[in-house]
Amino acid sequence: MRLYRALLHLYPASFRGEYGSEMAAVFAMRRRQASGLLAVLALWVSVPFDVLGNAIATHWDVLVQDLRYTQRTLSRAPGFAITALLVTALGVGANTAAFSIADFVLIRPLPFAEPERLVKIWSSPPQGRWEVSPPNYRDWKAMSHSFEAMGSYHSIEVNLVGDGDPRRLQGSKVTADLLPMLGVRPVLGRLFTAAEERDGAAGSVLLSYGLWNAAFGGDTGVLGRRVLLDGTPRVVIGVMPKDFHFPNREVELWTPIPMPEQLDPERDNNELEVLAKLKRGVTMQQAQADMSVVAALLERQYPQENEKIGAAVLGLRDELSKQSRLLLFGLCGAAICVLLITCTNLANLLLARALVRRRELVVRSALGAGRDRLVRQLVTESLVLAVLGGAMGVVVAIVAVPLLSRLVPNALPVAQSPAVDLRVLLFAGLLTALTGIAFGTLPALRASGGAGFDALRDGERAGGGQRGRLRSALVIAEVMGCVVLLISSGLLMRALWRIQATDPGFRPENVITLRTALPTPKYDGTALRERFFSEVLAGVRALPGVSSAAYISFLPMAMGGGIWPVVMPGENQARARAKGHLASLRFATPGFFAAMGIPLRRGREIGETDTINQPFVAVVSESLARQYFPHEDPIGKRFQFALSDRTIVGVVGDVRVRGPERTSEPQVYLPYKQVKDGQFGNYVPKDLVIRSSTPPAALLPAIRRIVSKADRQQPVSNVRTMNDIVSEQTASRAVQVRVLGGFAAIAFLLAAVGIHGLLSFTVSQRRHEIGVRMALGAKSTDVVGMVMRQGVWLAAVGVIPGVAIAYAAGKGMESLLAGVKPGDAPTFAAAAVLCVLMTLLGSLLPVLRAVRVAPATVFRAE
Amino acid sequence: MNPSAELVDALLPLPSATFHILLALAHEDRHGYAIIQDVEARTGGALRLSPGTLYRSIQRMLEQGLIVETQDRPAPELDDERRRYYRIAPFGIAVARAETRRMSQLVRMARTQGLLPDKA
Repeated sequence: MRLYRALLHLYPASFRGEYGSEMAAVFAMRRRQASGLLAVLALWVSVPFDVLGNAIATHWDVLVQDLRYTQRTLSRAPGFAITALLVTALGVGANTAAFSIADFVLIRPLPFAEPERLVKIWSSPPQGRWEVSPPNYRDWKAMSHSFEAMGSYHSIEVNLVGDGDPRRLQGSKVTADLLPMLGVRPVLGRLFTAAEERDGAAGSVLLSYGLWNAAFGGDTGVLGRRVLLDGTPRVVIGVMPKDFHFPNREVELWTPIPMPEQLDPERDNNELEVLAKLKRGVTMQQAQADMSVVAALLERQYPQENEKIGAAVLGLRDELSKQSRLLLFGLCGAAICVLLITCTNLANLLLARALVRRRELVVRSALGAGRDRLVRQLVTESLVLAVLGGAMGVVVAIVAVPLLSRLVPNALPVAQSPAVDLRVLLFAGLLTALTGIAFGTLPALRASGGAGFDALRDGERAGGGQRGRLRSALVIAEVMGCVVLLISSGLLMRALWRIQATDPGFRPENVITLRTALPTPKYDGTALRERFFSEVLAGVRALPGVSSAAYISFLPMAMGGGIWPVVMPGENQARARAKGHLASLRFATPGFFAAMGIPLRRGREIGETDTINQPFVAVVSESLARQYFPHEDPIGKRFQFALSDRTIVGVVGDVRVRGPERTSEPQVYLPYKQVKDGQFGNYVPKDLVIRSSTPPAALLPAIRRIVSKADRQQPVSNVRTMNDIVSEQTASRAVQVRVLGGFAAIAFLLAAVGIHGLLSFTVSQRRHEIGVRMALGAKSTDVVGMVMRQGVWLAAVGVIPGVAIAYAAGKGMESLLAGVKPGDAPTFAAAAVLCVLMTLLGSLLPVLRAVRVAPATVFRAE
Repeated sequence: MNPSAELVDALLPLPSATFHILLALAHEDRHGYAIIQDVEARTGGALRLSPGTLYRSIQRMLEQGLIVETQDRPAPELDDERRRYYRIAPFGIAVARAETRRMSQLVRMARTQGLLPDKA
């Protein structure tokens, strides 16, 4: 019998309370009637089925009933329902999106075998960090003891000629042990062998999954095919898996680094990046200590080249720039802020609604609805809101994640866009559901508690007290969150504006750029290149709308490096390097300054007559002239640069080569003809800059025809406008500011809604009092003052801690602020004005309502 | 009271347990166990309502207004305090009649199709 009673607990409490004892009695009766062991057994066998089946059915009945009731109540209060749903959707969606991205970039292990053991090793001069020269790499590998494996790689760009159009591709040269270290297997074919690494001549290539599909149609017969990479034949030996990106997602093919037994002994040639796998049980600190010893030994052995060169061991994910990290932290902080505001707002909405429904609940309770039944109904209602809101939140997240994927740094070996993170979604949904349940059922518990009937008796006037204080606290929290978001996004917006207002030093409007990178050894000869350039440039310049066109080694901002020591008479290269006398080196064709919109300050620009047989000349930027020839005319001055003596013939404006946020080295432009065959391969002009009034899309087919006519095997790549390149510099910032601004706007609205709700409530609570006061002669200004005082109090109490937190947040992200102070006065002033506005906005309707209170109506209503 | 045809039709066809409970209460107020016994007797033991099915049906029928709980109690010596007695409501009678009509119509139709032997 006890067992049967226990089983009855499977029924809803309300049902059990109503019929439980009768059911037990009936069951007892039937057991008494059952004669014989078999009948009793049969009865007991049937019991679990009966109880389970009917209990589920009863629960279902109750649920359907509650859902129907919920639908009725919600459709009677559409304003509440829509607000609650939107609030939940925004909170859940924003958080899911923000944390999905952050988790993807910062937390989730990189998609390699045992990523925690993978480290990068850099040469570490006194300042910054460098890549490693091949002989140093080989010594590191031989002399260190902390690593299970060590491999190296460096980026390449090649022209691939296979079937179809020639392509310009990014690739990576790797040593044979690099890919196995990452725990990756090709989906087709094999990886490189040590023999291929030793023997530079062996031409093999691994394709990325994407390239395999794009260029070879995913043909499994691609193994063993011959392709031309920069004119050199190579054999396809394998295809890498779809989700394999290394060292970044732009790389589409891999070739072996030739590492012959007899290496070029040059230790200044820092071109390799080094990846290593720690031995099991070896910590980063131990590995660092080990590498420091190795570097010290090498410094003693090669004092010339390795002077003050250490070695730095860093985790693979530590490559992430501090700025990327901060951007994401800021985003997550803002998302948490929004979630908290969402929850407080939801709580506030539900509490406000509970007051409206107080009578309903008390009446229902008086009519015999059990407490558990009321609670269950309200939980159902809150859950319906949470589930619907959560579902809308998923939609918000799905839409938002691709927008935010700009915040995923290019440098990471992961895919572009993460999937929406289900765990985060679940967490945010759960939090809102809990808020909903907690604040949704509180009123039911109270209504069915003893004091319920007071509500019926007292009418509207009852029920301030504790709950009023709780609601005030919630509104204050919202105001606080809102202030933090307003100020943080304000600071970042000011920073963005400041950066965008930075003069890049050139005029990016109406400039189209594209790349025709000439392959070596085919174009090792300077004369051959000159022919290509003059043919292409002549063709392009003749196109309608084109006012100027020129070739340059690297575009500003798109490439910040390419630095060379500036050696003044009486100095040498090592001293110059040590003193930081550096400048960015560019070879250009005539017309570059006009095409780019860089102003010529003095002298002349590069000319067609500056050939290899003429005296070597240079055009320098103003900052270089100022630094080395202050108070003198720089024209005609000589200095040593890029392996030759050069005479300054012109001075041009400075360009922000390293982008608007970093300091750039001064610039030196050299004539493209004044370079010996085979020299400065990296610096061979490859970016075509075209200033044109014709839109790029209209111009492009003609340009492709011109290039193809000059060299049929030459691909065109990287077609972009200069405006794109400039705005790329601030793209992730712009996204962050937009997101944060959106968050702040949501918070602003929610806080205003919160203030509005609370004041409306107070006004309706104090109608009677207001009526009495007005009847006794209070002016409407007094009433306005009374209501406004509360609004201002709420705002003020929220603003003060909000400002403090915002200042702390600003300090935390100071490095992101581009010189804007964390206590930036205009931003704080603007936030203050907005807060006043928010208070006014929130108080407006309640104040009007209070002023309109007519004493007579109040008393009649009583 | 004349229950609207619409309200009645909305409940048809009735679950068999509901119909049997209405039959059991047609002429007499009964408590739960008595209903079970009545149904069992009338069907010759073929239908034996379990307590769960019975009370779930009763709850729903109360909500639908097919039956009411009655405060009339039998003589104290026969009464058990825990028991509740149910009485068929006028709406319940109307619904039971409508269900009977529906079923007899079905039977007629089946007969015209030769699925049943004609009544002797």
